[in-house]
Amino acid sequence: MALVQLEKVSKVYRSLKGGDYTAVRDFSLDIQPGEFFCLLGTSGCGKTTVLNMVAGFEPASAGIISISGRPIGGPAADRGVVFQGDDSLYGWLTAMGNIEFGLRMRGVAAAERRRKAQHYLELVGLKGQNDKHPTELSGGMKQRIQIARVLANEPQMLLMDEPFAALDAHTRADMQRELKRICASTNKTVLFITHDIDEAIILADRIGVMHAGPASKLKGIVEVKLSEAERERTHDRFVAVYRQVHEMIRDEVALSLKRAQ
Amino acid sequence: MNQRLRIVGLYLVGFASLFVIWHVTAAWIVQSVLFPTPGRVILKAIELARDGTLWEETSASLGRIAAGFAGGSAIGIPLGLAIGSFPTVRRLLEPYTEFLRFIPATAMITVAVIWFGIGEGSKIFLIIYTTVFIVIINTAAGVSAVAPNKIRAARSLGASSAQVFFFVALPATVPYILTGMRLAMANSFVTIIAAELVAANNGLGRMIWDSRLYMLIDQIFVALLVLGLLGFTADRLFRWGIYAFAGRFAPVT
Repeated sequence: MALVQLEKVSKVYRSLKGGDYTAVRDFSLDIQPGEFFCLLGTSGCGKTTVLNMVAGFEPASAGIISISGRPIGGPAADRGVVFQGDDSLYGWLTAMGNIEFGLRMRGVAAAERRRKAQHYLELVGLKGQNDKHPTELSGGMKQRIQIARVLANEPQMLLMDEPFAALDAHTRADMQRELKRICASTNKTVLFITHDIDEAIILADRIGVMHAGPASKLKGIVEVKLSEAERERTHDRFVAVYRQVHEMIRDEVALSLKRAQ
Repeated sequence: MNQRLRIVGLYLVGFASLFVIWHVTAAWIVQSVLFPTPGRVILKAIELARDGTLWEETSASLGRIAAGFAGGSAIGIPLGLAIGSFPTVRRLLEPYTEFLRFIPATAMITVAVIWFGIGEGSKIFLIIYTTVFIVIINTAAGVSAVAPNKIRAARSLGASSAQVFFFVALPATVPYILTGMRLAMANSFVTIIAAELVAANNGLGRMIWDSRLYMLIDQIFVALLVLGLLGFTADRLFRWGIYAFAGRFAPVT
């Protein structure tokens, strides 16, 4: 059974002046347990809206979103969210304090949560940075804290909203590699939002390509059946998948640019 | 360390120049009994310190500031948090904050004296009055400035609404609260002197007023000097306290 199910989900934003804006309409998607699913789309296509609804930050206007067969309510600890920027980190807490935050909120005993937080702190490559505050760390390290904070809480799935978009190219490549390694070792289900085709192919088991907004939905799904060695930008099979995805998204990019004018 | 020495050195030079200019103006340019030199003022200050008057008046004013400031903050912080957290509370209380904050504490002195007499009551009331609105407005602004993603992250990490408030909204607001308190502290100094000028049995404000009656210019200047020093010290202490105890909350000073 699918871990996450979206059935004909729509989201309508009501503006104060009256005119409604339909971000997504009849959006359907199944994500399997242990799967790394990338949702790819142009800017303004509603991919963040989908993530916000799955996270429970915004209710769906129509349709059903369920996790393990049960409809979701609001945000909950079974769905950990990694945000794009660093404004979700708690500046008054150390790296350690941030990572054990969820465990603390859920009443896990101090010794136990220290042990767990330490484990994930090391897993994301932040060993020895325990007592640093977020402002003392680089952008890449801050994203590592976010990832560790979510993993330490042991959610059923990870929701990641363009988590590496604000990083420089080298750090981004580094983080993508790390994330692959972490996901392989923890066997997490991931819904990953991105507008970067390369990133999607490097990370995903399946890529869902979205139509241009408004009233967007999935245009199609591409299965990325590549081995680790083939997930190199210059590999022939990587390029083949790139062409396939690019073919699908090219018209949508043109469309979204035209609509933006 | 060199950087530190440089900063302290520049500060001292700045202060010294203030006294030099004062001395030059008083001793050579103005040359009037109505404008004493810093030397005379300091001698007078020593005299007043010896007979205990200076300490008595200063501690009277400081005590009132401390009581009113603590009271005003104790009322202002929870109200500000409530206004910032709940739109309903904001709409209910905004008429009070937006209306009353434009009536300066100095304008309330007469009313305060009529209501609470010329003793401590009216002074503490006025300091609370001058403190409370600044603290409320800054605290409320701080709550609304908390990044929504901080709250969203907490919710999806399993925090309850109460936990979001105490472990996210409150600590994220601390820098704004402290800034509000620091501004309120400066206002307290203004208000207490005005209040004591109008009606009081003691305090630096009354010292100024009484000295005027007997034309004790030196004594007026002693009070002014003490006020400047006290305000400066209080502000430095506050800033130092913010950095020492709340540096991790990234204060906006």
